[in-house]
Amino acid sequence: MTDLTRLTIAEAREKLAAREITAVELTDAYLAAIDSANASLNAYVAPTPEKAREMAKASDARIAAGKAGALEGIPLGIKDLFATEGVHTQACSHILDGFEPRYESTVTQNLWNDGAVMLGKLNMDEFAMGSSNETSYYGPVRNPWRAAGSDADLVAGGSSGGSAAAVAAFLCAGATATDTGGSIRQPAAYTGTVGIKPTYGRCSRWGIVAYASSLDQAGPIARDVRDAAILLKSMASVDEKDTTSVDLPVPDYEAAIGQSIRGMKIGIPKEYRLDGMPEEIEALWRQGIAWLKEAGAEIVDISLPHTTYALPTYYIISPAEASSNLARYDGVRYGLRVDGDDIVDMYEKTRAAGFGMEVKRRILIGTYVLSAGYYDAYYVRAQKVRTLIKRDFDLAFAAGVDAILTPATPSSAFAIADEALAADPVKMYLNDIFTVTVNMAGLPGISVPAGLDGKGLPLGLQLIGRPFGEETLFRTAHVIEQAAGRFSPAKWW
Amino acid sequence: MTLVDVRTPDPKRLIPGATGDWEVIIGMEVHAQVLSSSKLFSGASTEFGKAPNANVSLVDAAMPGMLPVINEECVKQAVRTGLGLKAEINHRSIFDRKNYFYPDLPQGYQISQFKDPIVGEGKIVISLGPDRQGHFEDIEIGIERLHLEQDAGKSMHDQHPTMSYVDLNRSGVALMEIVSKPDMRSSDEAKAYMTKLRSIVRYLGTCDGNMDEGSMRADVNVSVRRPGEPFGTRCEIKNVNSIRFIGQAIEYEARRQIGILEDGGVIDQETRLFDPGKGETRSMRSKEDAHDYRYFPDPDLLPLEFDNEFVGRLLADLPELPDDKKTRFVKDLGLSVYDASVLVSEKAIADYYEVVAAGRDGKIAANWVINDLLGALNKDGKAIEETPVSPAQLGGIIDLIKDGTISGKIAKDLFEIVWNEGGDPAAIVEARGMKQVTDTGAIEKAVDEIIAANPEQVEKVKAKPALAGWFVGQVMKATGGKANPQAVQTLVKTKLGIDE
Repeated sequence: MTDLTRLTIAEAREKLAAREITAVELTDAYLAAIDSANASLNAYVAPTPEKAREMAKASDARIAAGKAGALEGIPLGIKDLFATEGVHTQACSHILDGFEPRYESTVTQNLWNDGAVMLGKLNMDEFAMGSSNETSYYGPVRNPWRAAGSDADLVAGGSSGGSAAAVAAFLCAGATATDTGGSIRQPAAYTGTVGIKPTYGRCSRWGIVAYASSLDQAGPIARDVRDAAILLKSMASVDEKDTTSVDLPVPDYEAAIGQSIRGMKIGIPKEYRLDGMPEEIEALWRQGIAWLKEAGAEIVDISLPHTTYALPTYYIISPAEASSNLARYDGVRYGLRVDGDDIVDMYEKTRAAGFGMEVKRRILIGTYVLSAGYYDAYYVRAQKVRTLIKRDFDLAFAAGVDAILTPATPSSAFAIADEALAADPVKMYLNDIFTVTVNMAGLPGISVPAGLDGKGLPLGLQLIGRPFGEETLFRTAHVIEQAAGRFSPAKWW
Repeated sequence: MTLVDVRTPDPKRLIPGATGDWEVIIGMEVHAQVLSSSKLFSGASTEFGKAPNANVSLVDAAMPGMLPVINEECVKQAVRTGLGLKAEINHRSIFDRKNYFYPDLPQGYQISQFKDPIVGEGKIVISLGPDRQGHFEDIEIGIERLHLEQDAGKSMHDQHPTMSYVDLNRSGVALMEIVSKPDMRSSDEAKAYMTKLRSIVRYLGTCDGNMDEGSMRADVNVSVRRPGEPFGTRCEIKNVNSIRFIGQAIEYEARRQIGILEDGGVIDQETRLFDPGKGETRSMRSKEDAHDYRYFPDPDLLPLEFDNEFVGRLLADLPELPDDKKTRFVKDLGLSVYDASVLVSEKAIADYYEVVAAGRDGKIAANWVINDLLGALNKDGKAIEETPVSPAQLGGIIDLIKDGTISGKIAKDLFEIVWNEGGDPAAIVEARGMKQVTDTGAIEKAVDEIIAANPEQVEKVKAKPALAGWFVGQVMKATGGKANPQAVQTLVKTKLGIDE
């Protein structure tokens, strides 16, 4: 029998429907893979094999009864940021030690309603703050990809490093992830997987541990574009419990796949051509342009003049919101408590012990930029710049651009514990240079694998769409995927 | 907020100090709990008096990933209140986070409105008086703004020797913070303002106004100055929870500040607490210890927006407010300003009165409600809601006077019987033989007897007809008060030969 974990969601769906395989068989195959791989990759922080088998059994019963949902029996990994009822939900932070919510996030509930099976909770940067998955209380995720001829451990990207690594290493059929500044797209690019951050408001944020509320958005990481489309269809919904979710019908994203992009206008923003950008990235971008042109798209040069301010602005707004969002982790009601002499002492000891360095750094930055006397100079100005960034995109789309093509990241995956990056957090923040603008403008963005660099590591291209233009992104990303082929790491774990 | 002085110093309000007169300046921030069945951003109940933490949702406990959802009823209540304060309604307002750490604040921030409140400038007219000449003085007190915000929970320090407990039942309950302009110039004005504000929200049904349950509490800003000088440094007295205490706190605080200034000192801007037991205020924290709340717009909530139609519908359904009611009572029912003021002071009293007055003489009804009913309630320390005499019963008594069944004097006895024993007034009159005698034959007999027995009085009356009242009294006495006084009067005058 072939390795069931190699099946895409679309393929597994067919075999399950045809009763060629059972959900229990499929789930067991993934559980076995997790069992043998997780010690090496550290993608899962809390596998849930019993729950998985129970859900798979129920799926098989529904299939037998002819009541299969859209994701019936498909085993998924869930980022630790999503609340899962009765299951480890700690945002990979020490401060949420032992926290098992009595509620289920809307996004995961949507998946279970469609019949999906939960394999466990996936590793991530603590509170989704990081670009390398090294800030996790549970240690870094190892990228299943290694440079040719090297056995050095590479990061899987972040913050959804566990999601990306698990998908790339066949430890789940697909995974949920979240993206505040690039946390879906960057790890997808680093692992040769497809990741889409939908339009802000497309997925409910209810039950997702908040990092920066005005930027956070859930989305899937999958093996290919079609699987990403299938997953997003189930994840997305309007939700009365999240008033920032948007009441628009969720289209059949899968139907967009295979549709022609002839006549589509693809914008190429000149501001994304960075000084000192590796030639490999430049070449990849040119290649992407060529593929889309060949498929009949019209390529137009566009300008997004405020791009250069996106990263500094992001690092004002996101820490500001985070400093407030993380105030609830105070040791009073749940999670870690370190006793103190009085309430203030308890707060200080709990938060000192419970939060990691990067989280503390962002809480401090956020507290600072919101402080009296600095608020106008930092937060208010950043919000104004954010409006300008959004207007750049609005103008491009108003001029008829259907989607914008950019590199997903400025490099391929880097080494775990890279000294230069550890010494200078701003260097680490630069990883998100191509992705943060999309969050600032609330737009959808997809990262699709487009090739390998000289070291044999995957690189991704990013497509940015109009608000709720996800179908255009799937359609266009599929063209790139068809041209570039698919990429899998050589198994070493 | 720019402070504008809209008042001219009034000598009768000044406080004499050792070195001259002082003027006290007062502004108030009143927290009024919104009447609604669920909290501002969660579906949890707001019912008072439940077991600790019985009314707590996942949102109220600030569990990870929870999001606030605005309760439309609370928005309506705030708009209604704004309309009642004749205030500007802002069709777009923004919820902000006010960040600070406290165990009874689970989110680590309070959702409030900072820069863009739901209600802008408005006004309240307070009425002081009557003075010795029976005059009232109406003063307009400006409203700066009204905004919606979450209440905090409650810390309990008496449950455990070393630990504190937290009750989150109140956490997330909607409050309206109603901020006045610094327009008040005496403790009486401040008390009148609070009384009027409470009356308005009770009329509107937007807050129950029960200060002893904490539904309404005031932060009182007090400063003093020499008349004509700019505003002085203010102190804020936090959480004063009765109208009487507001008056006491202001009196104490003004004297304290005057004392410091007259001794050559300066006032420190600080937050103070009023101790009702000692009748004094004491320092809670100084300006230097003030929190930096790091306000910023709550990214979980979109700006709150509504259209004219939404406001229009609320306006159309707005109940009559005390000022309008008072004007109507004076104009349409012919009441004195004083009587009308007494009747509209509480909505429940006005409602009671209106039932009694319906189809009856408004002035007579007012006299009965004010003198007899309120007098009796006052004597027994009862609220209008606890009255043993219903409006229908009181109306019945008045009807019995009107149709001549009983005299006004008997009516007072009847009121007392109904008050103590209950029952239908007409049935009581019937059963107890309290009907007045209208049979002129019987009355005539009594008049004749009295005249015959008192020849000296007859002489006196002939000289001074005004003394005829003595005969009326004697006849009433002889008939046990049951004779129709009108008939007695007429007969006495006829028999004594006095012209009308």
